[in-house]
Amino acid sequence: MASGLRILVPIKRVIDYAVKPRVNKAQTGVETVGFKHSLNPFDELSIEEAVRLRERKGPLKVENILALSAGGPKTPDVLRTAMAMGADRAFHIDIPEAGDGGPEQLTIAKMLKGVVEKENINLVLLGKQAIDGDQGQTGQMLAGLLGWPQATQASKVEVKDEAGTVEITHEVDGGVETLRAKLPMIITTDLRLNQPRYASLPNIMKAKKKSLEKKTLADFGVEDTRRLKTIKVTEPPARQGGGKVEDVDGLVSKLKELGAL
Amino acid sequence: MSGARNLSNALRRARVPRPRIILRPTLLQSPAATAVRTFSGSSTVRADKQIKYTSDAYPNVKRDPNFGELTADDVAFFKELLGSQSAVVDGVTTDATDDLEPFNSDWMRKYRGHTRLVLKPQSTEEVSKVLAYCNERKLAVVPQGGNTGLVGGSVPVFDEIVINTSRMNQIRSFDEASGVLVADAGVILEVADQYLAERNHLFPLDLGAKGSCHIGGNVATNAGGLRLLRYGSLHGNVLGLEAVLPDGTIVDALSTLRKNNTGYDLKQLFIGAEGTIGLITKVAIICPPRAKAVNVAYFGLESFEQVQRAYREAKGQLSEILSAFELMDGRSQRLVHESTGSKQPLEGEYPFYCLIETSGSNAEHDMEKLESFLENVMGEGIVADGVLAQDETQFQALWRWREGITEALSHLGGTYKYDVSIPLPELYQLVEDCKQRLTEKGLVGDDDSFPVRAVVGYGHMGDSNLHLNVSVRQYNKEVEKAIEPWVYEWIQKRQGSISAEHGLGIAKREFIGYSQNDTMVKLMKQLKALYDPNGIMNPYKYI
Repeated sequence: MASGLRILVPIKRVIDYAVKPRVNKAQTGVETVGFKHSLNPFDELSIEEAVRLRERKGPLKVENILALSAGGPKTPDVLRTAMAMGADRAFHIDIPEAGDGGPEQLTIAKMLKGVVEKENINLVLLGKQAIDGDQGQTGQMLAGLLGWPQATQASKVEVKDEAGTVEITHEVDGGVETLRAKLPMIITTDLRLNQPRYASLPNIMKAKKKSLEKKTLADFGVEDTRRLKTIKVTEPPARQGGGKVEDVDGLVSKLKELGAL
Repeated sequence: MSGARNLSNALRRARVPRPRIILRPTLLQSPAATAVRTFSGSSTVRADKQIKYTSDAYPNVKRDPNFGELTADDVAFFKELLGSQSAVVDGVTTDATDDLEPFNSDWMRKYRGHTRLVLKPQSTEEVSKVLAYCNERKLAVVPQGGNTGLVGGSVPVFDEIVINTSRMNQIRSFDEASGVLVADAGVILEVADQYLAERNHLFPLDLGAKGSCHIGGNVATNAGGLRLLRYGSLHGNVLGLEAVLPDGTIVDALSTLRKNNTGYDLKQLFIGAEGTIGLITKVAIICPPRAKAVNVAYFGLESFEQVQRAYREAKGQLSEILSAFELMDGRSQRLVHESTGSKQPLEGEYPFYCLIETSGSNAEHDMEKLESFLENVMGEGIVADGVLAQDETQFQALWRWREGITEALSHLGGTYKYDVSIPLPELYQLVEDCKQRLTEKGLVGDDDSFPVRAVVGYGHMGDSNLHLNVSVRQYNKEVEKAIEPWVYEWIQKRQGSISAEHGLGIAKREFIGYSQNDTMVKLMKQLKALYDPNGIMNPYKYI
């Protein structure tokens, strides 16, 4: 079945990891307005890997790389980044921004299943988790829904032959584990997989001309239903700061004061 | 949420090889000690070599016989005055050679003094009493901040007492409405900037040594740095300061007013005076709001003509959001690559690279401007290739290619640094001419038999400020003679400045005549004599 790789890379726009998130006043989630957003770092790795699979010219040619993201009106930003890095086209699943963390993972997984079927995808590369919700389950749910093999937290991906045998290495406690499976399959990416490239200016320009289609959940027969209710979001307790002493005498008297000496 | 953020911190570590400041002298107390580690790791040539005494490197400079000699009584007085044990490093009555070393030498390992006493006062009053005593006894002093200077201005030459500002490190006040920050001289620049960041403001000065340098030192040397293009010089941003004159007089010019036309603007005298007429103890500085949207692009260009065109286009099209336009030549980027091992942002190699930063208040508006600018410079063929940072990680990684040059050079050996202002069209010509001159003299080469490793140029294009750096395997008189005074004459011919932002210190003291005429030098000497009649403030330097 595998005449070529048709890769789907679902990505997410999240608050830049260098920004310190703040809980909103209503304690229902984190503040998002006015904060720098960027592509989820793990998703950057999956795009990079998809593009490298193409550049490596392995036994299976990459026919197409489809980037997909669900979210509000700014979502196309990260899709353009993905296309500047090398994705061929993109779907924007339009979901109104609500500040409630967006649809649940199962909803997303069901939607992705719809995309996989409609677009005849045979490899889905996902970041192992998004750094906003930290759920880390979309890939696994999708594998379950599709009944496909999955390799999570890949640190190396290798297409072995034309029949679509793929070898994946991932890190486990105390070593690495090598898995083998046949396409179609799901792979989630981990930090050691690669080093994402910069989006070069010529590619950013080209990305503007690539196709970006707007879709809705309904196009894939999915509804945004929620099973979980967020009751409260709070910050972790603040860490007590350390103190500075002037000199050795200061240190000794401080230690005595604390009863450590 | 924290779990994956930690992981993504790991990701950052993986991609940006080092945190921005770790290899600079981060601890105030031991700048040189840190530098020593840096050198011994990478440069076997000079690892064990002692730094040459400045007094040996400059045999013409003699200790002024009018200055008093330190005695045990003096030390006892200072100990009594400053109280705390950690406020005095005493090499007079005890053997404290190792403790004194960081204060005696600079981080470039180029200058080394013979001081036997370091004082770390904690308040303006203490500084006043120390200076009054020194003036009375005619004991020479060197004011010292983070000791990150590049011209030897902050280290003693002979036995001058070091007055270190590291214990005067309180932030006094910040007014959100006007943006005026009042802080002690010994506050570290990065600490001040972080304090302001929490209040959505920005310190109007940024430079590579921000993790170590003190704002008092920045003001005393009128440091320029990376964002002068946007926020202007300290002569404009410093609204007021407090300083102590050699006779102990406290000059309270700590105004926080933007406008104050009442008499001579005396605070300006202390800005850039390099501690020769007084010691700055507090600073009031106006800080702009922190930009909400910052973008960074990194270009490769084929010629210096194209760099100039790109700069013109950037000014025209980005105008008010342009916050930095930095130039790096191909050789400097190769050295950073060799030293850090990081992968270069662009695929091909280019003779010139530029880093452009925009800062504005509206991300969409900025992006729209930046994109049309990028489209234009790419379309016109001004820029051969380039990348645009997509997130904070890439933003910092790209900046490292500019900020990391100084550090990369220090790993590879010594550096002769020239920090010059030249009219823009001829800015890079100096590097070409210098390289040609040294090559003709057979000093430049790839193996260890040649003293010079490379001649590189980089700098603040937006301020017509070039850093000409001659990276050497070891400091060498022959190389020095080949460069000086030739380089100064070259600059004089073009009415440039021999020191755009690094100052004079000891390195450029004798060359001031190339950029200032006799009348100016005479007036400066009169000022010095007026405020410091005994000449105890930072002697043997400046003018």
